[in-house]
Amino acid sequence: MSDAQGQSWPAIVARDLVKEYKTAGGVLSSARQRGPAAVDGVSLTVARGETFGLIGPDGAGKTTLTRVLLGLLARTAGESRVFGYDSMTEPYAIRERVGYIAQRFALPADMTVMENLRFFADVQGVGRADQRRRIPELLEFAGLTKFTKLLAGRLSGGMKKKLALACSLIHEPQLVLLDEPTLGIDPVSRREFWSLLGNLRAEKGLTIFVCTPYMDEAERCNRVGLLYNGRLVTCDTPAVIKQAAPGHLLEFTPSDFVPAQRLVAGLAGVLELQTYGMMLHAFVDDPLARRPQIEAALTAQGIFCIGIREIEPRMEEAFISLITREARKGI
Amino acid sequence: MFKRIWTVMQKEFIQTLRDQRTLRIQIMLPVIQLILFGYAITTQVNHIPTIVADQSLDAVSRAFVDALTTSGYFDVIAAATSQAEVVSAIDAGRAQVGVVIPPGFAAHVGLDDAQVLILVDGSDLFTSQSAYNAATAIAQAHASQIVVQRLQRSGQVRPDQSWLPLDTRVRILYNPDLKDLWFLIPGMIAMLLQMQTVTLTAAAVVREREVGTIEQLLVTPIRPAELLIGKIAPNMVIALVNMLTILGMGVFWFRVPFQGNFWLFFALALLYVFSGLGLGLLLSTVSQNQRQVQQLNGMIMVLGLLLSGFIFPRSAMPPVIRLVGNIFPLTYFIPIARGIVTKGIGLAYLRNEVAALAAYVVVIMLLATWTFRQRLD
Ligand SMILES: Nc1ncnc2c1ncn2[C@@H]1O[C@H](COP(=O)(O)OP(=O)(O)O)[C@@H](O)[C@H]1O
Ligand SMILES: [Mg+2]
Repeated sequence: MSDAQGQSWPAIVARDLVKEYKTAGGVLSSARQRGPAAVDGVSLTVARGETFGLIGPDGAGKTTLTRVLLGLLARTAGESRVFGYDSMTEPYAIRERVGYIAQRFALPADMTVMENLRFFADVQGVGRADQRRRIPELLEFAGLTKFTKLLAGRLSGGMKKKLALACSLIHEPQLVLLDEPTLGIDPVSRREFWSLLGNLRAEKGLTIFVCTPYMDEAERCNRVGLLYNGRLVTCDTPAVIKQAAPGHLLEFTPSDFVPAQRLVAGLAGVLELQTYGMMLHAFVDDPLARRPQIEAALTAQGIFCIGIREIEPRMEEAFISLITREARKGI
Repeated sequence: MFKRIWTVMQKEFIQTLRDQRTLRIQIMLPVIQLILFGYAITTQVNHIPTIVADQSLDAVSRAFVDALTTSGYFDVIAAATSQAEVVSAIDAGRAQVGVVIPPGFAAHVGLDDAQVLILVDGSDLFTSQSAYNAATAIAQAHASQIVVQRLQRSGQVRPDQSWLPLDTRVRILYNPDLKDLWFLIPGMIAMLLQMQTVTLTAAAVVREREVGTIEQLLVTPIRPAELLIGKIAPNMVIALVNMLTILGMGVFWFRVPFQGNFWLFFALALLYVFSGLGLGLLLSTVSQNQRQVQQLNGMIMVLGLLLSGFIFPRSAMPPVIRLVGNIFPLTYFIPIARGIVTKGIGLAYLRNEVAALAAYVVVIMLLATWTFRQRLD
């Protein structure tokens, strides 16, 4: 496939993509059984310039899907293309054009910041002249200028991720795939990381594909796909997804949690009940009518109901609602 | 392509040199192993602790015991009075060889029916073989000396006498100059080189997988073969340093004469190093972690030692076992190393072994690259 042809393709296309891991045993076992599908018939498209968030709980299949897209894992069925290049047959064309940050810190820890940047630049075929320009730029951008001689393994969690981002950008890719880039780093570093991504998006028109379990990060994306048990439950803009929650949402803190939960779940007009810390989130058909009924039912059992109010459903509630429905379908 | 290989090599050298401690161990380990192994063998062959029950205590029996001790093979550590005492000393592990000389030894020698009982601790293969060989050889040499002396005294010297062929027998049995070590040093070079290359390479790749860096490398345009070639480069340098130190120690320290052409040996050792690197790569692709690498490598080492002809001659093995031995690069290199170092023979005599080794390297490298590609999942 020629580059010109590649220009007309979206950044990422997946159609009915399936990935089943072979069950343990490795090359020594002759009988290869099929395990459950880690990615189970996913179809999605990521347009150029878009920031796409792949959201889902641990084990949903985010890492697997990302690796299949990059050709790091062999897909079982379906189609997957990056800039029109097939993940299975043209992986190197893809790898020259994208940057990737693995979920686990995966840069050589016993090389310095500078050595890491040089290595990835060399491997990606970035010339010396370009390196002299790009490396200081990226160091500045990632705030690592002072740490060039430090071993990568000695960096803090946030700085490691920034170094990984810098390394993944060294060859000026058109697309970066980030697998839980803010996992295990502090809130301040998280904000910094996202503001770096924001700059990239604004200045370079970079396409960003980001996996994350955090809902607040999902809200920063143009579009979001919700992955659950390997299936794409929904895929839309954050605004539309928020509408997916049923009815209206009442939030309150009961004085006795477990009995209150059991009681409210059974009340008429309560479509769905979610827990949120020590609070309960009840989705109801008619908030004005149902609110006094809930308060009355709880008081009858001697349970106080503190701070009951109607709130706007956020991504979090919408997702939980969607996942609960999806899980029920599965049973 | 070459640029990417070069880049990977640079990375590997940076990482190898950064961990000085490990590097020092890797350089020193074969030296230490060779010293231990070399001395273990020399002490086993010489100075075997021996207990003597001389029940005659006459001039002839004392001369016989002297003949045993002056050979250097036997150190008389105690004297006993009975055979039972000798046996119990060997049982207790205080002595490995016992000599029992019955009463009236001188008289029996005169009558040509003298008997000496030599008891050898059979639990130690090396020692018992050396002790057995040495004791019988010394006894025969001593007996022949007595006969010669007697003939000289009686004036009936007949040098062409055919019933005294002890001279030739003695030469076969007698092993005066630690020839075992001459025989073993080339084998040890082969063995230690294999151990180093296989372990280093397998560990290097598996570590990359364990810490997850393999993922970040694979997502670059580096091809698997380029990555593998780049990764083995520092190991090859280390293996060559190991080879030279082992060889140097063998020649200058253990005084094993190097009979053949050094450069021929060097070139073939280089080829052999590749076989170990390939085997290591293959090992790494079927292992999930470092522990598995070590277990598999241990198994390969033990089987290699047993089946390669390092200890037991391959000609004596059943065909199936000999076939299994072909899995190990050691099998091909031992005849090459012994041929060049000990016998001093040239390429013309080693054609088959060299061809087999070269074929082995090609097959193992292709197999390693192929399985590596397959196992990205
Ligand atoms: N190498 C593997 N072999 C077998 N199963 C795996 C492997 N990696 C992940 N899985 C399984 O596939 C599913 C999806 O995992 P993953 O893609 O890592 O999810 P996520 O990144 O969303 O946490 C999980 O059930 C996980 O147990
Ligand atoms: Mg993951």
